[in-house]
Amino acid sequence: MINYILRRLLYAIPILIGVNLLTFTLFFVVNTPDNMARIHLGVKHVTPDAIAKWKHERGYDKPLMWNGAAEGAQKAADTIFFEKSVRMFAFDFGRSDEGRNISYDIRTRMWPSLAIALPVFAIGLLVNITFAMLMAFFRATYIDFAGVVLCVAMMSISGLFYIIGGQYLISKLLHLTPISGFDGGLNAFKFVVLPMAIGVIGGIGAGSRWYRTIFLEEATRDYVRTARAKGLSELAVLFGHVLKNAMIPILTGAVVVIPLLFMGSLISESFFGIPGLGSYTIDAINAQDFAIVRAMVFLGSVLYIVGLILTDISYTLVDPRIRLE
Amino acid sequence: MKSLLSFALLPLILAGCGASPWNSPYPAADEGRNIAYSSFTERPKHLDPAQSYSSNEIAFIGQIYEPPLQYHYLKRPYTLIPLAAAELPKAVFLDAQGNPLPADSPPEKIAFSVYEIHIKPHVRYQPHPALARDAGGNLLYRHLQAGDLAKIHKLADFPQTGTRELEAADYVHEIKRLAHPRLNSPIFGMMSEYIVGLKEYAQTLAKAQQALPPGGYLDLERYPLAGVETVDRYTYRVKLKGKYPQFLYWLAMPFFAPVPPEADRFYGQPGMAEKNLTLDWYPIGTGPYLLSENDPNRRMVLERNPNFHGETYPTEGEPNDAAAGLLTDAGKPLPFVDKAVFSLEKESIPYWNKFLQGYYDASGISSDSFDQAVRVAAQGETDVTEMMKAKGIRLQTTVTASSDYYGFNMLDPVVGGLSERAKKLRQAISIALDYDEFISIFANGRGIPAQGPLPPSIFGFHEGAAGINPYVYDWAGGRAKQKPVEYARKLLAEAGFPEGRDAQTGKPLLLYLDITANGPDDKARLDWIRKQFQKIDLQLVVRNTDYNRFQDKIRRGNAQIFHWGWNADYPDPENFLFLLYGPNARVGKEGENSANYENTEFDRLFERMKNMDNGPERQQIIDRMVEIARRDAPWIWGFHPKQYALYHAWYRNIKPNLMANNGLKYVRIDAELRARKRREWNQPVLWPLGLLFLALGAAVVPAVMVYRRKERMAARPS
Repeated sequence: MINYILRRLLYAIPILIGVNLLTFTLFFVVNTPDNMARIHLGVKHVTPDAIAKWKHERGYDKPLMWNGAAEGAQKAADTIFFEKSVRMFAFDFGRSDEGRNISYDIRTRMWPSLAIALPVFAIGLLVNITFAMLMAFFRATYIDFAGVVLCVAMMSISGLFYIIGGQYLISKLLHLTPISGFDGGLNAFKFVVLPMAIGVIGGIGAGSRWYRTIFLEEATRDYVRTARAKGLSELAVLFGHVLKNAMIPILTGAVVVIPLLFMGSLISESFFGIPGLGSYTIDAINAQDFAIVRAMVFLGSVLYIVGLILTDISYTLVDPRIRLE
Repeated sequence: MKSLLSFALLPLILAGCGASPWNSPYPAADEGRNIAYSSFTERPKHLDPAQSYSSNEIAFIGQIYEPPLQYHYLKRPYTLIPLAAAELPKAVFLDAQGNPLPADSPPEKIAFSVYEIHIKPHVRYQPHPALARDAGGNLLYRHLQAGDLAKIHKLADFPQTGTRELEAADYVHEIKRLAHPRLNSPIFGMMSEYIVGLKEYAQTLAKAQQALPPGGYLDLERYPLAGVETVDRYTYRVKLKGKYPQFLYWLAMPFFAPVPPEADRFYGQPGMAEKNLTLDWYPIGTGPYLLSENDPNRRMVLERNPNFHGETYPTEGEPNDAAAGLLTDAGKPLPFVDKAVFSLEKESIPYWNKFLQGYYDASGISSDSFDQAVRVAAQGETDVTEMMKAKGIRLQTTVTASSDYYGFNMLDPVVGGLSERAKKLRQAISIALDYDEFISIFANGRGIPAQGPLPPSIFGFHEGAAGINPYVYDWAGGRAKQKPVEYARKLLAEAGFPEGRDAQTGKPLLLYLDITANGPDDKARLDWIRKQFQKIDLQLVVRNTDYNRFQDKIRRGNAQIFHWGWNADYPDPENFLFLLYGPNARVGKEGENSANYENTEFDRLFERMKNMDNGPERQQIIDRMVEIARRDAPWIWGFHPKQYALYHAWYRNIKPNLMANNGLKYVRIDAELRARKRREWNQPVLWPLGLLFLALGAAVVPAVMVYRRKERMAARPS
C-alpha cells in the first residue's frame, strides 16, 4: 500500500504543475500585471511610476513564462510563472499582493470554515443516509414517492434561497439566532447553528436521493433476499447488510470531500459573515490578488488529490477484497 | 415533548442567556454599554496613513490619526479649522531668489509658498509597544531577537506599551514616508510636483534602499528632505513650488498625519512582517480612538485612546443646527462613545435586517429596501415610512460632492473634437438623455441632474435659474426643464445627421458606449440608455466589458462614449475642473481627464483659477469655464447622487459631513434606550419550533405502525 500511495503522490506532481499552469494562464489572460497594480493602487492619481514600482516590488515586472533576454535555464526560471510557482511546492505561499502573509491567513481562517463545514458534513451524511434508508425501507409506497418528490423539490431550489429564507425565518421572524457574524470559542455556536442547519437541509435533496438509489440497487441483490429468507428483520437487513455493502459508492462521494472541508463555502460564508477560507478566496478574486488565488487553487488541488488517495485507502477498509498495489 | 424541545434548544439557550436577545450578534456583556455599532463591506487594504486613500480605510484611520487640520463638523460651506495645529497656517510667498512677496502677489510671480505649521504641545500618542521604554529610557522593543517574537501573534501580545509627546518631527517623518520606496503612496506623484525636493528625495531613498541588505531598515532620519524641515519641537515648515492654496485641504487628510519614527523602526525589525505586524495593520496615532482589535475578516474595534489630549464639541454651526439639537452638547468634551465596533457585512440583506433589529445604529438604503424605508410625497419631499417612524428611525439626505456622468472621448473622430458639428452632436445627445427620468427610475429619486462639472456645496456652483445649463435645459415654472427632443433632433440635423443618418452617405450613425455593467439591475439601465438614443434616431451599441478592459480602453483612448464618476478629494472647484484640464488628459499623460478634453481658453482660465482664493474674481473665471465646458459638452453631465441615511433614535449629533473623516468623536449614543428597544424588537418566537417537533413526532407514529405491519406481513410470491 505504501508503494501505491507513494506512486499516487508522484502522479500528483504533474497534476499540480498543470493546475498551476492553467490557473496562471487563465488569470493573466484576464488580468495583466498593470491591471493588478491599478486595482491595488486605487483609481485616483495612479502614475506609471507607481505602477512600475508596484510591479517591481512584487516581481510582476518580469516576463510571464519565457524570458528571452536571459541566458540558459534562466530563460524559464527568471519569469513570473517560475518564481511564483516553485515556492508553492514547499507550501511557502509567500505574501499576498497587498502584503499579508498568506500562510498565516490560511491558518487563521481555516477554523471558522471547519466550524461549519465539519458539522454540516457529518450531520448531513447522517441525515441523508437515514432519510435515504427510510425511503428504501418504504420503497414503492406513497411514503417513498412523497420522499422522492420532496428530494427533487429540495434539490431544485437554489442554495441561495435556503440561506436567505433561513435568515428571514429563523433570525428575522423568530429571532432565534443572529442573522450573520462570527465569534471565537463557545460563542461561535450561536453563529454557526443557522448556517449549519441550512447547509444540512440544503443538502438533503440531492444527498438522500443519491443514497436511496444506491440502497435500492443493493436491496435487489441476492444476499439481501437470502438475509430476508433467513428471517432477519428489515431494519437488520438494511443497516446490517445493505448499508455495509453500499459503503463503497458512499465513500467515493464522501471521503473525497473531507480534505476540501478546509476550503469552506464561498457563498455561505459571504452571507453569514463567516471569516473562513471560502470568503478569503472570493475576496481575493474580487481584489485580483493573484498571490492568494494561486495559493488557494493550489491548496484546493492538493486537498482534492489527498481526498482521492484517502478514498482509495478507505475502500480497503470497507471491502477486504480490495488491495492497493 | 417539552423536555425534548428544551434539550434541543439547550445550547441555543445557553448561548443566548443573559441580558441580550438570542439573535444579538454581540456579547451579552456589551449590552447597554456606550458602544457604537457599524459595519464595513470590504476589508481595508491599507491603514498606513501614507497609503490609505479609500473611504473604507479612512473611516478607521480618520479616528486614529490627527493631521494638522480638520473640517468644522457643523459649518457649511466646509470650513477648515485646526486639529493638531495650533492655528491655521498662512502661506508666505517667495520669489525665485527667496525674497518674500506680498500675499496678493500674482501667482506667476510666486516661485515658492512656505507653510509654517505650529502644533499643539502636550499631545501624546496612544499606548503602543513601539514607544515602550525600559528604566534606562531605551526603547524596549528596539532590538528584538528571533526568539522574542515566538509568542507574539498580534500587537496586544507585547506586554509593555509606552507613549511620548507628539513632535513636529513626526509630521516631517510622515511627509518623507510619502517617497519611501517600499510604500506606494497614491499622492506621491502629485505631491512631488509641489513639495520642493520630494521627487529627488524618492530617488535618493531608492538608491539607499538598494544599498541595504534584503530586509534592511531604511532610516529616513538620515536623509533630509529639502522642502520639509523641523523648525523646533512644535514647528515644521513645508516649502511648495509656486502657489498651491489647496495644500491646506491636503493637510486635513491622514497623508499628513504624524508617524513617530520609532514605529517604523519597531515594525521594520526582522520577523515582524511575517506575522503581519506592520504599520499598515496596526496604526499608532494621537486621535480620540485607537484600534484595539483588527480582524478585518470579522470585525474592527476602535476604543477610546486613554492619552487623548481632549477636544470639545463645536459651539457654533449653521442657523438650523440648534433647533435640530446639534448644539445640545456644545462645549462638552469629546469623544462621547467609548468604543466603536465595525462588523464585516458583505451582503446587503443581513445588514439591512440587523439595522431593523437595532444591531446597527445607522444604515444607508439599498434599492431593494428603499420602498420599505422611504416615502416620497407628491411634491417630491421624502420622509421615512410609517414602519420606520414607529421604530423612531430618522432620515437625513444630502447631495454628495460627486458626479456620475457619461464622457465623450474627445479624440474620437465622430463624437470628439471642438468643431461646431461635434459640439452640436454632443449637445443633442445630452438633451436626449432625460436625467430626471433616470434618477426617478434607477436611483429612487436620490440625485439631482447635473448642470455642469460642479456639484452643489462647491464654490462656484449656482442655484436656481442662474445655475442651469442653457444648452440642455430651460428654466420654466421655477425649475430646470430639459429642452424638447425636437430641439435635439434639430441640433443633430445641423451636425450633419438628420434623422440619425449621415447627410452625405445616408448611413445610420452608430455610436458605441463602453461600460462595466455586470450587475443584475444593469440590463434595465442599458435598455433605458439605448431608448434615450433612439429618441433622436441614434443607434447605440453597448460594449459591456470587465473593469480591466474598460480601464485599458480609456487609457488608450479607444472608447467613444463611457460611463465615469468622480468624488471630491476636497471642497474646491479646482478638484472638479481639473478633470477637464487639457494637460491632465488620460491619453498620453495618464491624467484624470478621461474625456481627453482640451480647450485652450478653458486651460488658460484653469491655470489662473486654480491658485486663486475664493472671491468674486474667481467666481467670474469659474462661470466662464463652466460656460465653455457646457457649450463644448465633453460630458453628458449626468447627476449628483443624493446620500440617504437612516439613523435610530438613540444615535445623536448626526450631521452628514462629506469631507470630514473623523466624525465618530461627535456621535452620542443613548445605550439604555437602544438596549430596551433591542429587547422589545427581538423577543424570541418559539411556538413554530414546538409545532415542528410536534409534527415530526406525529409523523413517527404512523411510520412505526407501518413498519410493524410490514414486519408481520407474510411473504408475497414475486
